[in-house]
Amino acid sequence: MNTDLNIHTDLAKKILTGFIKSEITRVGFTRAVIGLSGGIDSALSCALAAEALGADNVLAVRMPYQTSSADSLEDAEKTATRFGVRMETIEITPMVEPIIQLDPQISKLRKGNLMARARMIILYDQSEVFKGLVIGTSNKTEILLGYTTLWGDMASALNPIGDLYKTQVRQLSRAMDVPHSVVDKAPSADLWKGQTDEAELGFTYDDVDQLLYLLVDGRYSVEDCIAAGFSKEFVNQVVERIRRSQYKRMMPPIAKLSNRTIGYDFLYLRDWGT
Amino acid sequence: MGHPKPVRHFVKRGKIHSMQLNLALAQIATKLGNVQANLEKHLDYIKQAQAQKADLIVFPELSLTGYVLQDLTSTVSHKPTEDDPVFKPLLEASQNLDIVVGFVDEDSRHRFYIASTYLSAGRVLHVHHKVYLPTYALFDEGRFFAHGDSIRAFDTRFGRVGMLICEDFWHASPPYLLWLDGADILLFSSASPGRGLNEHNKLESAWWVENVIQSYANLFTSFVVHSNRIGYEDGLNFWGGATAYDPVGERIAHGPYYEEALTMATLDLNQIRRTRARLPLMRDERADLVQKELNRILSK
Repeated sequence: MNTDLNIHTDLAKKILTGFIKSEITRVGFTRAVIGLSGGIDSALSCALAAEALGADNVLAVRMPYQTSSADSLEDAEKTATRFGVRMETIEITPMVEPIIQLDPQISKLRKGNLMARARMIILYDQSEVFKGLVIGTSNKTEILLGYTTLWGDMASALNPIGDLYKTQVRQLSRAMDVPHSVVDKAPSADLWKGQTDEAELGFTYDDVDQLLYLLVDGRYSVEDCIAAGFSKEFVNQVVERIRRSQYKRMMPPIAKLSNRTIGYDFLYLRDWGT
Repeated sequence: MGHPKPVRHFVKRGKIHSMQLNLALAQIATKLGNVQANLEKHLDYIKQAQAQKADLIVFPELSLTGYVLQDLTSTVSHKPTEDDPVFKPLLEASQNLDIVVGFVDEDSRHRFYIASTYLSAGRVLHVHHKVYLPTYALFDEGRFFAHGDSIRAFDTRFGRVGMLICEDFWHASPPYLLWLDGADILLFSSASPGRGLNEHNKLESAWWVENVIQSYANLFTSFVVHSNRIGYEDGLNFWGGATAYDPVGERIAHGPYYEEALTMATLDLNQIRRTRARLPLMRDERADLVQKELNRILSK
């Protein structure tokens, strides 16, 4: 069983920067907008976009909430500075706080979703202001696990890093000189104080990436993965997470009535005609 | 415009053959479904190839249309005839050098084919319909296209040639059949989506294709050349890397990856004779034995 997730970083960079350039310029744009959280995923997307389009053509937007950590803001700034892109800061507290105040019982999950969707609104608004397309920052691990907010952090015009597992994001980020403090810190959505991805998920990215690589890329069975040494509970939990979150990876199904229905038999790539 | 002249000639079994073929492999990015824009790029590359004294230019699979056509398929088909607005200028250009282009062909019963055509001296020498349509994993060709049902070599001013399109040469039998049918030069074209990133500096898909093509050159003691497109269609990347191998399997040309390029290769056609004098795999091939065993296997 091969669980070597190492990638050739120069080749990855070449393909992904080419992708960004092609998919933005062919529809008449030259610029990109990225929400910079201070974390590694958005830092890598920012680095790739700056390389693909030129730093002047990338707008990084910091969108802190009142509980966002000072480290996140600082790391986002370091990233923007490192790659020479312009940076804006737009607070989302005045947007989400009135909604949060409507329900004293509001859960952490709902607050997190509100913040993610508020940031989506800001990014798409800045997209119009800056005349740039929104670059996605979701990696393969979180997309497969459904560890994302639908129409929130999942929303983008194109996603250069969605076929890279978190450990591969780390490898490519190091190769692209993303600041050490960004690469080395514990991954967190920073939706509340002290939150970390791995504590919330209940497993480490290193472990789950190995398992996902076997299940998804290698097409190994659950039994194969258990035989390879992963615990039955862990394997079943991950398989179930993938299945339950399939809806997040699709456009909403349209009920078929006619002979030609969007999503079923009206089939064109987005690059149609370009 | 006069008839294209080979650089030098030799006479073999009463036929005139040129000894040297200046080949141009055009690895281009295409606009999806915009045949007119793609045609203009073809004419531009043909001009460049002519300026470099090319005898033959080979474009990639579906070079006039783009690859993931889906419901665009029926809107981009063209007939390789003089009265077709896309083929008219290509046939005119073929007065100066031979041209292989990829397109969507439509037959009289309105079946659509992934096709390559060989144009020379204003005429269509051959049309190949892709026989093997990958319809698995990221591929969905069988949903939109009919599969071809013949694999034939044909005569050109450089000798006998065979053409295959991408998945055709992922199967061993089509190159083998062309070889038995007399092809000494195999022209392969692809729109190969890059996939399988690992720690190596080449994607698995590129590694596989290059190895297989080189093996055919070795096994068939023939020239094997490959023209592959570049560019992106949505999230798919196409890797380029045009190659030409001589009859001993030496790589004699290699285009860049991920960039548009016109890669030139000089095919010394006498190499075929020199190689086969030493290594008579062609002479010793037992096609009759293959037929006998195939009949037995298929009658089971």
